[in-house]
Amino acid sequence: MYRLSLDVEQPHSMGTTIIGVTYNGGVVLGADSRTSTGMYVANRASDKITQLTDNVYVCRSGSAADSQVVSDYVRYFLHQHTIQLGQPATVKVAASLVRQLAYNNKAMLQTGMIVGGWDKYEGGKIYGVPLGGTLLEQPFAIGGSGSSYLYGFFDQAWREGMSQEEAEKLVVTAVSLAIARDGASGGVVRTVTINKDGVNRKFYPGDTLPLWHEEMDAVNSLLDIVPAASPEPMIS
Amino acid sequence: MEVPQKGGFSFDLCRRNEMLVSKGLRSPSFLKTGTTIVGLIFQDGVILGADTRATEGPIVADKNCEKIHYMAPNIYCCGAGTAADTEAVTDMVSSQLKLHRYHTGRESRVVTALTLLKSHLFSYQGHVSAALVLGGVDVTGPHLHTIYPHGSTDTLPYATMGSGSLAAMAIFESKYREGMSRDEGIKLVAEAILSGVFNDLGSGSNVDICVITKGNTEYLRNHLSPNPRTYPQKGYAFSKKTEVLLTKITPLREIVQVIEGGDAMEE
Repeated sequence: MYRLSLDVEQPHSMGTTIIGVTYNGGVVLGADSRTSTGMYVANRASDKITQLTDNVYVCRSGSAADSQVVSDYVRYFLHQHTIQLGQPATVKVAASLVRQLAYNNKAMLQTGMIVGGWDKYEGGKIYGVPLGGTLLEQPFAIGGSGSSYLYGFFDQAWREGMSQEEAEKLVVTAVSLAIARDGASGGVVRTVTINKDGVNRKFYPGDTLPLWHEEMDAVNSLLDIVPAASPEPMIS
Repeated sequence: MEVPQKGGFSFDLCRRNEMLVSKGLRSPSFLKTGTTIVGLIFQDGVILGADTRATEGPIVADKNCEKIHYMAPNIYCCGAGTAADTEAVTDMVSSQLKLHRYHTGRESRVVTALTLLKSHLFSYQGHVSAALVLGGVDVTGPHLHTIYPHGSTDTLPYATMGSGSLAAMAIFESKYREGMSRDEGIKLVAEAILSGVFNDLGSGSNVDICVITKGNTEYLRNHLSPNPRTYPQKGYAFSKKTEVLLTKITPLREIVQVIEGGDAMEE
């Protein structure tokens, strides 16, 4: 065989690092931006933090196709629900819908998700919906292949009642740590902060992230000549 | 004691096929387009590009095929993968879009095409092997998407697909800039396709390009032909001294007899 072993024909999976953290006024969601097929990076600037409603977002991991279909269905159902109810859907409703689809179709789906958002009844909430389709309400959740490198870090660094700045810093540090050790995670760090005032998106290019053990500064990188990108991802 | 056969199923052929496969027999494969297809967004629209080689395993089956498919007047789609699948899925969605236009009286949107394509591909769980680059300009501006056989989609400023995608992406990653002009865009797309044509065994022959801007579409079939034929188009030149033996053509004797005024056919 002359073919390189980077199989471009296998399904798209998001070898991923995704994180959701609650703080005293809301939640911070974080993710890397790498989508790969085998050994090839199919998209280096993907947006894995997807909008479900005005005040609820979801972090996707696993098969890109499966997680996109699940979030498309949930967005559609929540839209209907919002019209029927005449008020915004709660985070719990969104998470329950994700769980229902993930559980009922568990034989067909290869996807883990973290639902996060803010509503007037319960404030900021994070729900994890891992592979089998169980629903876990958690103070913080981590997911994707990069999460294996983060359990110890979160046990040490997470505290109850952090400020928004502390929570955002924790998320960016954690994703950059995972990017440094997990080959399937990479690119930029994207964050979404949701609280009573609304939603705020931020992104951190690779050359602005902290340098960890044995990492080196970028020299003569393309990033020096290309104008800085905007935090708004391209949305379909 | 012999029991007489009473019908039912025979699984002899299943066992034979199993045996043949275990001995290393491979069933013939489908026509695949080992392909380079690309697209990019420039200052006033989208440019799509494709090579023109179709392969059947190691054989070049078609040296000048069309891989940029029509979806709507303002939307085109490059296809890689099994040729039959890309052709079928784009034709099908193209007709759905036309019915949708008759129904709504509005121009088709790129997201509509994207959703129709991805939901079809997802429902076939990757068995419809079509990898697509979808581009177009609609009322909301220029759009470029990639769609994978399993139904996942990406939204990008520049995209490549097919076996030559690595060669083409190397060109895009080093030379793409935001807000390029039409001529710069065409030049970069052509260069990316040529990179696939020359460096990827599955891609070859000519460069097709499609430029879509607001209210106008240009399909540049065989924009570049870097691989002209090196043998005569048609006819053969005989070397000198070739004796012409016979120029007169004697028609063969007719053996069919036409009977006039025969009996009418009866039933």
